[in-house]
Amino acid sequence: MDFIKKRSDLFIMTVFSIAVFSMPIWLDPIGASYPDLLQKFAIFGIFAIGYNILFGLTGYLSFGHAIFIGVGSYTAVWSFKLLSMNAIPAIIFGTLFAGLIAALVGYVSLRRSGIYFSILTLAFAQMFYNLAYSVLSPITNGETGLTIAADDPRVLDRLFSDVAAGGGLPSTEIFGISMSGYSGFYFTAVLLILAFFISLKIFNSPFGLKLKAIKSNQNRMKYTGYNTRPYLITAFVISGMFAGLAGSLMAVTDPLAGAERMQWTASGEVILMTILGGVGTLYGPLLGVGIMKYLENIFSAINESVLQSFFAFMPQWLNDTMVVIITPFVGEGWHLTLGLMFMVVVIFLPGGVTEGFQKIKNRFTKSKEQEKLKQGDE
Amino acid sequence: MSSSVLKISNVNKTFGGLKALTNVNLDIEKGKVHAIIGPNGAGKSTLLNVCIGLLEPDTGEVLFDNQDIIGKQPHEINQMGLARVFQTPEIFSELSLLENVMIPALSKRDGPFKFKIFKDLADEKDIMQESIDVLASIGMQDKIHGASGSLSRGDKRRLELAMSLIQHPKLLLLDEPTAGMARHDTNKTIELLKQMKEGGMTKVIIEHDMHVVFSVADTISVLARGKFIATGTPEEIKASPIVKEAYLGGGTHE
Repeated sequence: MDFIKKRSDLFIMTVFSIAVFSMPIWLDPIGASYPDLLQKFAIFGIFAIGYNILFGLTGYLSFGHAIFIGVGSYTAVWSFKLLSMNAIPAIIFGTLFAGLIAALVGYVSLRRSGIYFSILTLAFAQMFYNLAYSVLSPITNGETGLTIAADDPRVLDRLFSDVAAGGGLPSTEIFGISMSGYSGFYFTAVLLILAFFISLKIFNSPFGLKLKAIKSNQNRMKYTGYNTRPYLITAFVISGMFAGLAGSLMAVTDPLAGAERMQWTASGEVILMTILGGVGTLYGPLLGVGIMKYLENIFSAINESVLQSFFAFMPQWLNDTMVVIITPFVGEGWHLTLGLMFMVVVIFLPGGVTEGFQKIKNRFTKSKEQEKLKQGDE
Repeated sequence: MSSSVLKISNVNKTFGGLKALTNVNLDIEKGKVHAIIGPNGAGKSTLLNVCIGLLEPDTGEVLFDNQDIIGKQPHEINQMGLARVFQTPEIFSELSLLENVMIPALSKRDGPFKFKIFKDLADEKDIMQESIDVLASIGMQDKIHGASGSLSRGDKRRLELAMSLIQHPKLLLLDEPTAGMARHDTNKTIELLKQMKEGGMTKVIIEHDMHVVFSVADTISVLARGKFIATGTPEEIKASPIVKEAYLGGGTHE
């Protein structure tokens, strides 16, 4: 019988883990192997993977996921302040608390679908952003942002070791291993692999199929005996928890949290990354993150003098013209480049970069099949 | 009357000043194919929507399997065993044929909500085998991995019937199953409906096409201006002067 082909999870996870852990090696030739950038890849990777579970599978476009990034960050910093500089409680609390807030936001927003759902999440994003600056400023420390201080209680740390009073600011760690540099990246990488595994299981499970079916025809789902609301809320909470994890990891990298992380544009960024890579595909969002964060890194570093030396081989007048044309697209203005790139992808490859790969692959396999057919005829 | 699957008693429904249904009584017997016909505006759609809980009647009672279904959610009614086929085929166009059929099978087994992610779809061998068998029964076993969105309208309808069949519903409601179909597709659908009739499933068919109604129904009820004016076997309905006057337009029908 012709069953659905079973891919080996073990094989996929092994390849994926090797690829992630060896990033410092294979990204070296393109100059992307330093820990800060790698950690950014991994954190936004987790965010995008989670976002894709909601947007990719159910088709519900949320503008509110930056809320959960923010909640994760604040919770993690509070965990550093009150409990311990250990990263593990910070990410656990960050993820759980973000999940709680996601349940609340999801419960209300998912009363509507389509554009109305998007608007509701946008409204929530704006509300949380403003709350962080106003009513909640005792928790968020308003515009200054929440930071750790030398005289924070850190109950657990003080319980197990004598923390010298008046020492410098402590740094985040896991049982003594400092979370800066490559160790920070490997910690994030482990969580990225875990996040990817959960996403893989959801994609291949009946639960994932039902989410896809809700995207395809929600009305049909209801008349097929499914209560679609709990499915949507579950997907929303899972993606909110992934965002909370990403947010708390941002705080592990750099223990401060500010309300700007909650701005809806941060949600916009993850939408762009997901679409760029290929929405609804398992690997697409990760590709999107890689491409966008790498290009951001490159383009925002370029300035006029870099351009001048790049075009140095040209005659002076041409060099000047090129610099004038390109300057607005680099450095601070790299978003112009991003916008152009995004337009090209959406117009020519609505399925993202993944669709591009698929098209190339199909072209190859088709021509091979045709050859086989021809040989068969002869 | 223990053998009735769906029992509608004294249902009235008005929209503003318009009486859509007046004292409607209907008894659907187990194992029978019951057709409801009537001219445009007779109240067929209103009656259907009352049957599936979408509309709440002003007065009266709708009992499905001896349980009141008024005010129940669509998924609750489906879980009770009432499946429905829509006027325009409603399928999951982005999914494969196999997936389209597996979804109702999973609903039947797992209920309205189940969160379990650590068993792959590919490991649900029983559900998959059942789905393949049902697809084979409608002659679609060759293209189970194909996209359902690219099927012809007739094939989409047959797929939708398969999606209902796999749930083994106590009652299947069909809303104009051959609407907008080419003759060839209509005949194929009739064949399938006849084949399902032999399986003994109770069905209510709301239909315009007399050819379909007279080929598959055991009992026909004629609805006109919100009232049932006649109920009987196809032969009785064909011969009834009241029906001819109200619906068939004085015997112009072939």
